[in-house]
Amino acid sequence: MPNDFGAHPLPCWIGRVSGLDEQPLPEPWAAWESRNHRLAWLALEQDGFGEQARAAVNRYGAARVALVLGTSTSSIDSTERAYRELDSDGRFDPAQRRSPVHEPHALAAFVQTLLGTTGPCVTIATACSSSAKVFACAARLLQTGMADAAIVGGADSLCDSVLFGFNALELVSRDPCRPFDAERGGLSIGEAAGFALLERPEAAAAAPRLAGYGESADAHHMSAPHPQGLGAQRALEDALARADLAPRDIDYINLHGTASRQNDAVEAELVARVFPATTLASSTKGWSGHTLGAAGILEAAVTLLAIERGFVPGTLNSRTLDPVCGAQIVLDNRTRRVRAAVSNSFGFGGNNCVLVFAGSA
Amino acid sequence: MSTLEVAIEGIGVWSPEVSGWDAARAALGADTVPPATASRPAAESLPPAERRRAPEAVRVAVEAARQACAMAGRDARELPHVFASCYGDPVVTDYLCATLARAPHELSPARFHHSVHNAAAGYWTIATGCMRSSSAISAGAATFGAGLLETAVLCAGEKTAALLAAYDVAVAGPLVDVNPCRSVFGVALVLAPSSPRALARLRLVPCAPVRSGAELAPEPALLHACHRDNPAAQGLRLLQALARREPVLNLAAGPKLNLRVEIMS
Repeated sequence: MPNDFGAHPLPCWIGRVSGLDEQPLPEPWAAWESRNHRLAWLALEQDGFGEQARAAVNRYGAARVALVLGTSTSSIDSTERAYRELDSDGRFDPAQRRSPVHEPHALAAFVQTLLGTTGPCVTIATACSSSAKVFACAARLLQTGMADAAIVGGADSLCDSVLFGFNALELVSRDPCRPFDAERGGLSIGEAAGFALLERPEAAAAAPRLAGYGESADAHHMSAPHPQGLGAQRALEDALARADLAPRDIDYINLHGTASRQNDAVEAELVARVFPATTLASSTKGWSGHTLGAAGILEAAVTLLAIERGFVPGTLNSRTLDPVCGAQIVLDNRTRRVRAAVSNSFGFGGNNCVLVFAGSA
Repeated sequence: MSTLEVAIEGIGVWSPEVSGWDAARAALGADTVPPATASRPAAESLPPAERRRAPEAVRVAVEAARQACAMAGRDARELPHVFASCYGDPVVTDYLCATLARAPHELSPARFHHSVHNAAAGYWTIATGCMRSSSAISAGAATFGAGLLETAVLCAGEKTAALLAAYDVAVAGPLVDVNPCRSVFGVALVLAPSSPRALARLRLVPCAPVRSGAELAPEPALLHACHRDNPAAQGLRLLQALARREPVLNLAAGPKLNLRVEIMS
């Protein structure tokens, strides 16, 4: 939708979750008020997830359930507001002096309060790979016996920091973003929240599997990807190796595909270099916008839906693919069996995470 | 009960009162508070251009990390790492929010990309050329304990040596009323699954908090006098136990989670 966020909307498009402004948190949680926590609350109570999470806490015991959430900007929307409403001494209005809200860990602390977990609880904040890395972190907690189940996920909501920040970096498109299009003009910012419950395979035989994960750094630049995509390739190869799968085994890739000039060129070249033409790939940011720290969990969900439904989403808004794209990248929706699929997430600071999901064994 | 065992191969510390494990060990062993003599870390491992641009939070994290790798005799490129900070870079947060309230179109693009919580980890990878797993975490007041657990899990799960760098710097502007951190502190550890050159071996046992809190490791004088509100400086409890060869301590790893740390030399 055209940007209508905040007092001075920039001329761009946003992926805005409707109704958040009219849905305050229930009274017992009023001290946690923020746009990000409203969004997290909404996601948590969808599809019966909250019930399933609480059932897992009862089943395993609160101390044996880990909580690992990703966010890039946490509740900075509330901090921005507090700065707009400073009192005459330049201090926060008493209504905004809500300590737990104004820090990076606020989201996980809030969700921990809601779900009652007492196991390991950590926020991963690695920009746009945050809520992809939560899967890797949780997998290790289960592997090392530090937890028997993990609730993972993340949330990032619209705020002035990211709208004006990405605008200052000249990365925001005036029109709806067109990932991998030859004429793409940058990203559209969105907001999302999502959660997943991870258990050991033997505890949930019918569930889809996290088959592998790979994490790496570019060691190149704070806000530009490695020009040959070496960091991303390293994460991809690590993820495939853990999954014990070859590129030809991957039926679908949900690409990072932000529609920035650089990201899409580097990522398209990597896909064309590594995968056969039988692997289909798309970016779903034309639907959602770039949801930043929530992109990992949102796109993990899309990837899992592709496996469950045998459906490959196309690349919305894009019309003519950039010539660097290989045969893998599709513009239109496809129907096909998806046995194993990859989700790419790359963030500022050159932070990469690649996840591999597969259908139940 | 689930436990993790890791070896400590290297320690780095930076605060205005102590820089380096030798100085920290002396102060913590005697439980004294040295005068503040340094105003900012040298951050020698950053290339000159990055060093000029790097904010204080990055410099303190990178300096502690450099010291720990040097003591461990490890090539930083080989170490996956966890950068743990409760507040990240609150100076940039203050700048962003103040600018957005006043003149949002004047926001600096360079300071915006410094606002990501993984700025210090990103600078570290650029400075060292490390392309391994790079994480940036936060866990509120328990950030140090949670960071130690996260790094030990990485170490044990991936069967690799790994680096933890925990840091927090003074909160700027009106945020200090809600996030009352007023000091600068960084601590780093190089951990390994097992090691012939270990300074100490740790057995970590997550457990429920003790009711009274009395069993938490005693508060070192340096922590009490200079860094009480600095979440990263909770690491001083572990450093003091190492300096004094205490056999065991408890660290907070969450509001309802403690980490019992048994120290085996």
